[in-house]
Amino acid sequence: MTPVFYLLAALALGGGLAAVLLKHLVHCALATTVAFAGLALLFLQLDAQFAGFAQILVYIGAVAILIVFAILLTRGSDLPKDGVFSRSWFIGLVIAAGVFAVLAWAVLESVRAVPQQMAVPVVSVHDIGNALVGRYVLPLEIVALLLTAATIGAVIVAMHEKERRP
Amino acid sequence: MQESAAFTPQFAASTITGILWLIPVAPMVASGVIALLKQPRRKLAASLAIGSLSISLLLSFVAFCHVVAGWAHGGVVREFVNFTWFRFGASTVDLGWVLDPLAAIMIVMVSFVGLLIFIYSVGYMAHDENFTRFFCFLSLFAGAMLGVVISNSLLLLFMCWEIVGLTSYLLIGFWYQKPSAAAAAKKAFITTRVGDVFFLLGIVWLFSQTGTLLFYNHGVGSLEGLALVNLLSQHAGLGLSAAGAIGLLIFAGAVGKSGQLPLHVWLPDAMEGPTPVSALIHAATMVAAGVYLVARVYPLMQIGAAPGGTTTALTVVTWVGASTAVFAALIAVAQNDIKRILAYSTISQLGYMMAGLGLGGVAVGMFHLITHAFFKALLFLGAGSVIHGCHEEQDIRRMGGLKSDMPLTFVTYAIGMLALCGFPIFFSGFWSKDGILEAAQHWDLSKGPFYLLVFGALLTAFYMTRQVCYVFFGHWRGHGSAHESPKVMTLPLAILAFFAIALGVIGTPAWPWFHAFLSNRAASFDLHGFAEPGLGLLMLGSSCVVFAGLGLGWWLYGNKSPKPEAPDALEKSAPWLWKPLRDRLYIDEFYGVTVIAFYGWWARVADWLDRRVWGGIVAAIAWLFGLWARLNRFLDVDWVDGGFDKTCEEISSGGGLLSRVEGGRVQNYLRILAAAVVALVAILLWSSRP
Amino acid sequence: MMSMGMTTPLAGYLLVAAMLFAIGLAGALVRRNAILVLIGIELMLNAANLNLIAFWRYGPHPEALTGMMIAIFSIAVAAAEAAVGLGLVIAIHRHTDTTELDKINRMKG
Repeated sequence: MTPVFYLLAALALGGGLAAVLLKHLVHCALATTVAFAGLALLFLQLDAQFAGFAQILVYIGAVAILIVFAILLTRGSDLPKDGVFSRSWFIGLVIAAGVFAVLAWAVLESVRAVPQQMAVPVVSVHDIGNALVGRYVLPLEIVALLLTAATIGAVIVAMHEKERRP
Repeated sequence: MQESAAFTPQFAASTITGILWLIPVAPMVASGVIALLKQPRRKLAASLAIGSLSISLLLSFVAFCHVVAGWAHGGVVREFVNFTWFRFGASTVDLGWVLDPLAAIMIVMVSFVGLLIFIYSVGYMAHDENFTRFFCFLSLFAGAMLGVVISNSLLLLFMCWEIVGLTSYLLIGFWYQKPSAAAAAKKAFITTRVGDVFFLLGIVWLFSQTGTLLFYNHGVGSLEGLALVNLLSQHAGLGLSAAGAIGLLIFAGAVGKSGQLPLHVWLPDAMEGPTPVSALIHAATMVAAGVYLVARVYPLMQIGAAPGGTTTALTVVTWVGASTAVFAALIAVAQNDIKRILAYSTISQLGYMMAGLGLGGVAVGMFHLITHAFFKALLFLGAGSVIHGCHEEQDIRRMGGLKSDMPLTFVTYAIGMLALCGFPIFFSGFWSKDGILEAAQHWDLSKGPFYLLVFGALLTAFYMTRQVCYVFFGHWRGHGSAHESPKVMTLPLAILAFFAIALGVIGTPAWPWFHAFLSNRAASFDLHGFAEPGLGLLMLGSSCVVFAGLGLGWWLYGNKSPKPEAPDALEKSAPWLWKPLRDRLYIDEFYGVTVIAFYGWWARVADWLDRRVWGGIVAAIAWLFGLWARLNRFLDVDWVDGGFDKTCEEISSGGGLLSRVEGGRVQNYLRILAAAVVALVAILLWSSRP
Repeated sequence: MMSMGMTTPLAGYLLVAAMLFAIGLAGALVRRNAILVLIGIELMLNAANLNLIAFWRYGPHPEALTGMMIAIFSIAVAAAEAAVGLGLVIAIHRHTDTTELDKINRMKG
């Protein structure tokens, strides 16, 4: 493990933890952004430059902003009376720990079968573009449809309802 | 004239014996056919009845001739046919019929007298609307009576005996719309029933001791040697052997049927029936059935007697008969209904017959039975003719002077009356009654019966003279005018009158044909029969008694015609005597106070028992059932239904509880999802470990 | 990019992804606010993306671009889903005036 890896991992995980633990929702949203950034850098370290930049563009540029908007539109700045954690937070914690335990166990169990790093792949944007419209054209179109539907849906859902007069 | 009862039987059954069963069956079949006819078919009904009885008469006569022929050749005639009715276990119940002198004489008498009365009834009942019913019952009676006579089995005899009782009931109550007739029929049936209970006891006892109810059966019958010895050896208390006791029980049945002293009360009331019925049933035949029964089972009653002596059973029979004779004659003196006088006379004469059986044996008693049948039937039919001619008047105080209005009836009636009184020489009654008196005179045990019977003869002459004077002499005291009866009624009277005279011939001491026939001895005409010591004196004495009675009656009643409302001559001279006699010596009242009252009390007890005790039990059970039903309802409603409802409620609330799982909280769902995933993955990993 | 010195094993990246996934799940299960549940979900999706990229990089045929393409599509879908989800939260807030998940239980049995 290189130190860079440790740093980036700490960034991502720290951001995530902060996002979950902080009281103010806006702080949580910003912490999430930090986590997203850390992950993007991890992608870069893994030689997935397009994915990394796409991560920054989409997640930090759109999703995080969207979250902040939502927080603002739902008065998320008001703190709830009973605290930010639900009553049965311990069970949730236990379950999450269980999930982590299982996953870690799976990973560590299969360490020996996983090969070491291969040669650096040369991935140009040109190749990605070719793949998108060549091999992955169907998923591309479907995702396009999905995005359209999602956009329309989100707009309709969040729109003010027209008053119906009989 | 005692006779021995030890017959040696003859086994071969001739043709006539083979078809002897037709004699009773023919009238019974005719009765059945008549029962199916409609009322207006009178001629057919009468023809069937008379025709069937004629067939019976013909066959009876043939059988009689056969027996006479056999007797004349010196053999003993007793032919019988037996058959098994049914078996149970090892025992059998047999029935059969027998033909011997006793039976032969009876069937000829019954069918002959019956036929005459049938013919008479055609005229007498001509105006009655229930003509066919009358002949149906008459035929049934005739068949049953003939069945009693020829029966060889005590059981068959009892069955026919009961049918005779039934038809008597039906015929007494023929005009059932009259309450007095219906009551009289009931009385007759119930009173004879009392006797029949004892009769049945006797039958059962006999069967249990001898194992058979047949009279004669090749030596093993109940009246034959072995059985009699067996019965004799057993003692039944009171100085009686089993034979004597059984005999007395059977005699009790005869007491009921023949109207002897304690059970005579039904006979006078039985005069409610039509006169032919009174003539046939209550004079000539049915009441004679009791006498015949005693004659039939005579061996049972006689066994054990020392030669020349008698048994306890026969002594009882004698005393009952003698006392009945006097008792009934006393009451007859003070009666005013023409038929009632004759009814009491019948009871009295039946007493004579029973006494004759006890004192002198079968022949003596049976001879008087035969002669009595003819002259009593004659008297009753004559009375019927009188009643018919006086427009249904029955009170003798409202009659009179009929000897000129109804000459034929008068002559025949007079002949019958003289025969009954025992007028010497010419009339059969004299010979038969004297036979009984002679036997009474020679009876060792006591002279009591003799004096009683002589006194009875005096009374008989007296009351018959009284009756004849009232009815035929003096002048007419009734309504309208009297007229003679049609030929169809007077012809039988004439025939019977002839026999009332002629029958005497066969029973005189000079030629005792009748007695010889029945006792299986030879008979010959021998005037020396009159030379028996004491016989002449007896004949003279009894004749004097008769004349005395006749004279006394004529002196008191003679040619006088007292008004109907005026008191009787005897009543005027001795009212203290008259009243109890007229009131029938208060026997009916006595029974009313004792037996009937007891019965009423018993009925009340039974009613109380039924309503309170049994009814109470039933009510208690019903209450229990009600309780049970309520319990069931409680269980059903509260437990079953309630339980079911509760269960449904629980299910419903359980559903409610379960639905709380779906809290609607998304985070919970997520938690559960994640936990499940963890579990599944763990299992997967665990199972795929190398 | 060049890796310097010893390379990090695949397990490292996988572990980091697992940890991030667990953190995101914990956030989704523990916090009251609906928006934070969505944040948690985004974190989980990111962790999955990291897994995908790591496996692509360490896989046998990186030149097939399979892993990266899936990751890219996943990012697109995640964005769409975030949009719709947040729109829903806003709409619910408009109706019930709250974003607390405990209070939104109209669907309870």
